[in-house]
Amino acid sequence: ALPQIRCTSSSSSSSSSSSLLKDSTFVPPSNNWPACRKDQSSSRTSLSSPSSSSSIHTNHFSTATNNNDTSSSSSSSPFPHLRPPNIKDVHIFQKIMNYRPGSVITTLGKQEGIEDEDEDILKRYNVDWTHRYQGNSSLLLRPQTTNELSQILSHCHKNYIGIVPQGGNTSLVGGSTPISNTEIILSLEKFNTIHSFDTDNGIVTVDAGVILSTLQSTISERYGYLIPIDIGSKGSCQIGGNVSTNAGGQYYYRFGSLHANVLGVEVVTAKGDVLDLMSCNRKDNTGYDLKHLFIGAEGTLGIITKIALSCPKLPTSRQAALLQCPTFNDVRTTLSTAKEKLGEILSAFEFMDYEVVSLVQQQQQQTVLIEEEDDESDNPFFLLVETQGSNSEHDREKMEQFLECCMEDGFVVNGILAQDGKQMEEMWNIRESCNPIVKADGYNYKYDISIPIPEFYDMVEEMKDHLSTNYTTRSTRTVSWGHVIDGNLHLNITTPGIFTEDKTLTEVIEPYIFESVIRRNGSISAEHGLGQCKNNYLPMVKDATVVMLMKSVKDMLDPHGIMNPGKFLPSSSSSS
Amino acid sequence: MRCKMCRWFVYTQVYMPPKIAIQERKMRVLVGVKRVVDYAVKVRVNPDGKSGVDLSNIKMSMNPFCEIAVEEAVRLKESKAASEVVAVSIGPKQCTETLRTALAMGCDRAVHVHTGLRTDYMELQPLSVAQILEKVVEKEEPDLVVLGKQSIDGDCGQTGPMLAGLLNWAQVTFAAKVDVNDDKSLLVERETDAGTETIQINSLPAVITCDLRLNEPRYATLPNIMKAKKKKVDTMEAEDLGVDLMPRNEVLEVYEPPKRKEGVMVANVDELLDKLRNEASVIS
Repeated sequence: ALPQIRCTSSSSSSSSSSSLLKDSTFVPPSNNWPACRKDQSSSRTSLSSPSSSSSIHTNHFSTATNNNDTSSSSSSSPFPHLRPPNIKDVHIFQKIMNYRPGSVITTLGKQEGIEDEDEDILKRYNVDWTHRYQGNSSLLLRPQTTNELSQILSHCHKNYIGIVPQGGNTSLVGGSTPISNTEIILSLEKFNTIHSFDTDNGIVTVDAGVILSTLQSTISERYGYLIPIDIGSKGSCQIGGNVSTNAGGQYYYRFGSLHANVLGVEVVTAKGDVLDLMSCNRKDNTGYDLKHLFIGAEGTLGIITKIALSCPKLPTSRQAALLQCPTFNDVRTTLSTAKEKLGEILSAFEFMDYEVVSLVQQQQQQTVLIEEEDDESDNPFFLLVETQGSNSEHDREKMEQFLECCMEDGFVVNGILAQDGKQMEEMWNIRESCNPIVKADGYNYKYDISIPIPEFYDMVEEMKDHLSTNYTTRSTRTVSWGHVIDGNLHLNITTPGIFTEDKTLTEVIEPYIFESVIRRNGSISAEHGLGQCKNNYLPMVKDATVVMLMKSVKDMLDPHGIMNPGKFLPSSSSSS
Repeated sequence: MRCKMCRWFVYTQVYMPPKIAIQERKMRVLVGVKRVVDYAVKVRVNPDGKSGVDLSNIKMSMNPFCEIAVEEAVRLKESKAASEVVAVSIGPKQCTETLRTALAMGCDRAVHVHTGLRTDYMELQPLSVAQILEKVVEKEEPDLVVLGKQSIDGDCGQTGPMLAGLLNWAQVTFAAKVDVNDDKSLLVERETDAGTETIQINSLPAVITCDLRLNEPRYATLPNIMKAKKKKVDTMEAEDLGVDLMPRNEVLEVYEPPKRKEGVMVANVDELLDKLRNEASVIS
């Protein structure tokens, strides 16, 4: 029998976000709102006139703040329907995992004040990569098999214990770290076997905890195939996490999203049932395709333990060029010329603005593109264009024609073409260093948005103007880069030298930027997801009926609300 | 007498043969570039053990040490010490791509010695290469030949010294720094295992081979790539040069190094001692 659909019986006090849906003054966005190409939950592109309800959005934006700094000192837990783990649970988990050393890391049942290496280990798992979100979990579990995981989840489900599944802990929206001290962290790192590779079909069967770069190098060296996803965090992120968050990356244009490339998954649901959705066939139209629910669900519906991924053949010919354009319109022209002249071999087209490239060059002390005498205003846009193909002569000819065309017509004024593999790696290194180097500059106000390409850089200029008018406390640096071919902009604002958040700056940026994105019919989270950072904005960008339906799905698959509580869907706890 | 350096040098110099002609005109530099498997590629060995590395459909690019050689030659031209830089490559028709890279980095023109022989030591070997380069030198009359210290496929490091020997020219290998004095003599720092040697080449012509620390090769910029298309590339056949192209050494077998054996985890120090003593037999 299908489970009853019931609302999560969270805090009895009416909260601001649940009132968003029932409040009669809230006008939901009109039903024919299109969503942009890289939106996490749907897929059409078009432009329409700005919504008239923007003023209401501003009002609600100002109330939808996130309580990132919930600490254990607050007596009321953010998840009153869940209970924290205790020493009895620890014994049960130890038994489930056969008392294997390192499988249960906890500070429970240990004396305060005595130095314990478990505490140090826990600290690592409790804080996220951006250092913005600090959890306080006292228990970390590292199961090794699906059976163990299933038993753990079953126990947690029965006992209302919250779980935060964690892969590589590289989330940029606080999705993989606990919010409080009530949840337990469940790390997938021991699920690290690459099971098999079907050479006829190019399908790899892999455990969820395999690190992406390990998977990439194994599949390319042993079988000569390519993993269809590549992102900057590949040295730490795990493929299970990538699938759970529907990660994007630089090859999204060429190979499509993980929804397109994942052929099957094995999932352990919140109740502890193991769902075998592991079809290894390319085509399988038998029933509702449930795996798509779990891809991109950010661990809120179940834990992915195994993945069947379709892989393209490794390209024999690969080329990369870094180009410099004077205006953003020239960038657009270069993009359409690339699609035309490079056609099917175009694999990546990345954008970086002058500020971020000069920051990267400065930190890495290598002048690749910008000489010291360069005037900033002259040619401030950098593009990294990559091609992948099967015939190097053919590809080189196409690349030469494309570059000649760009140079002759003047929309590219300078650039470099990589002459060997090492130079190609150096170019990609510049692009992939953008994130870490900006993180080292100061506290990072990070935004990942989808924008119609013509207005791509307008967002950045408007933000710079907005900040200079409304925030004069200290200097800020606005840098941007992104997958311009997908309309995906990574807009980052930092306070150089200052590494703590300035809430007044957040308030200057946040409602403004999201309002701006929605006005342009963009997406407030192109590929980074919602996590605990943007979940409360979900009702602003999706219809009330849609959000209700999402909540029903969550209730059906996780009736006790134990999976990654407080994330992805709007949290019911009142904001501080 | 010109600068202080020259004064000292005149005091200790040995007899300098009259090369007045060279002092009046600037140097012509000949740079060797080799097309090899791209250094970032993980090669596979043909399982038959005899035919060497599998070169089908694999990415090829300029030997990294040759890139450094081209960069140094182009810098000599930019500092006005050299008037012309000519690049030369030996190999199949795709060598023209490697030469185009050299031209895009700043060489003025290029010479392609065409041959269908494998250049990864399996067929064409350093002595023949040196002899071919000798013929090119006779034709081009450079004052300085700059080569990479070795290629990353053959790893022989022999071509430079052999060429210098055949030509009876001065040679400095593993150059980490090259300075041109006012009187056209060259001061070269040379990397050895014991440290750095500084060698002065009093008179050209000479052969220099380049080591890793010499410079950081530049990227080929788009405007230069466009210009390179118009630069001249002369082609000649290796067979027409009157050089014996047959290999002197026979390659008996090519195989991958044995895979490293997996390590063994031990639970404690006692077990470690036990294994060291009884299995590995390294302690008594």
